[in-house]
Amino acid sequence: MRKLIAEFLKGIIKENPTFALVLGLCPTLAVSTSLVNAIGMGAAATFVLLGSNIIISLIRKIIPNEIRIPCFIVVIATFVTLNEMILKAYFPELNASLGIFVPLIVVNCIVLGRAEVFAAKNTVLPSIFDALGMGVGFTLALVTISVIREALGAGKIFGFVLLRGFEPASVMILAPGALLTLGFLIGLVNFQRGKKKKKMIERAGCNGCR
Amino acid sequence: MDVGKFLSIVISTVFINNFILSKFLGLCSFIGVSKETKPAVSMGIAVTFVTTMSSIITWLIYRYLLVPFNITYLRTICFILVIASFVQLVEMFIRKGFPGLYKAFGIYLPLITVNCAVLGVAVLNSDMFFSNGSVVKGSFTLSITQGFFAGVGYLLAMLLMSGIRERLELLDAPESLKGVPLAFIVASLMSLAFMGFNGFRL
Repeated sequence: MRKLIAEFLKGIIKENPTFALVLGLCPTLAVSTSLVNAIGMGAAATFVLLGSNIIISLIRKIIPNEIRIPCFIVVIATFVTLNEMILKAYFPELNASLGIFVPLIVVNCIVLGRAEVFAAKNTVLPSIFDALGMGVGFTLALVTISVIREALGAGKIFGFVLLRGFEPASVMILAPGALLTLGFLIGLVNFQRGKKKKKMIERAGCNGCR
Repeated sequence: MDVGKFLSIVISTVFINNFILSKFLGLCSFIGVSKETKPAVSMGIAVTFVTTMSSIITWLIYRYLLVPFNITYLRTICFILVIASFVQLVEMFIRKGFPGLYKAFGIYLPLITVNCAVLGVAVLNSDMFFSNGSVVKGSFTLSITQGFFAGVGYLLAMLLMSGIRERLELLDAPESLKGVPLAFIVASLMSLAFMGFNGFRL
């Protein structure tokens, strides 16, 4: 049980998909315009992660090694399609504001990365906890970025006005604000790592997945 | 076909809605491969090629397979599989036929499969140029245009970014901001500049 909890917790801080592994940046930046979108995207990605991790860890012994990546992609795409249908049917507003990034979960490196690194090598139970940890870690990262952007860019959080008389800089809601926020947050993570004499984040992107 | 519509798609995909700087599609490779100009340009050309070709293929599949059988909900699964196998095919073809070209961008081709920009173009095409299952006029040409110029916009952003980052290497920046964080901050400033095409509202 302790091991399972460790699998869950590592996704939140030590191997946080956004800040430590620097994966899945496209949706992170694009949908973190408001807290509602961030939580919606986090939940959607967690759902896909959970589903694909469970199925892949169940069928990992049947999949031939040479064609594992296409197999993973099919499993992931199935869950993304399910996710799209659920969102369209029950949360049409959220679906409209997440837009193209709902189908794009399929190329989110976090999901494929976890399938390749974890679910393909472990049994079902640890894979479930791994998926939940990564999903929660991703959601928390999204929430952090979106709180900063929404507070500075719209002066609100969850629609509540924070400070009266504060003139919000709407550039923070737009594209440049997202890149700026993430740049400084990764800088902050590096600063903390530098204090502990750990290796700094030097590369980013999906190159690590393959 | 209407030239005005054509031009507006060109300007919009290259500058106003630049795939990287305003839509955040293909950001991973943008940060990952933009350290030097030469690989950045090779990557940009490879992406342009794949977005154009995949626009054509996915349009044909969407128009003649998914829409007539009313299975458009299978879009995501279909597109990603077709793109992945197409990229694989092209890679094999180039490796056998054009070793020089393979050296130039062959190694970046497999990375493109998981590039959001490619799937993004396909999904956007099927969103924009089909309305409720019927084809918009001139939609095939418009799809190819959008595919090609999305790649051109990507190439432009890559070229600018890699040029800046080559000089950033010489900069005496704070230790914790070196590398990826600084790249993001530069990208932010670039995206601010690109917003000028849109008419800036503060």
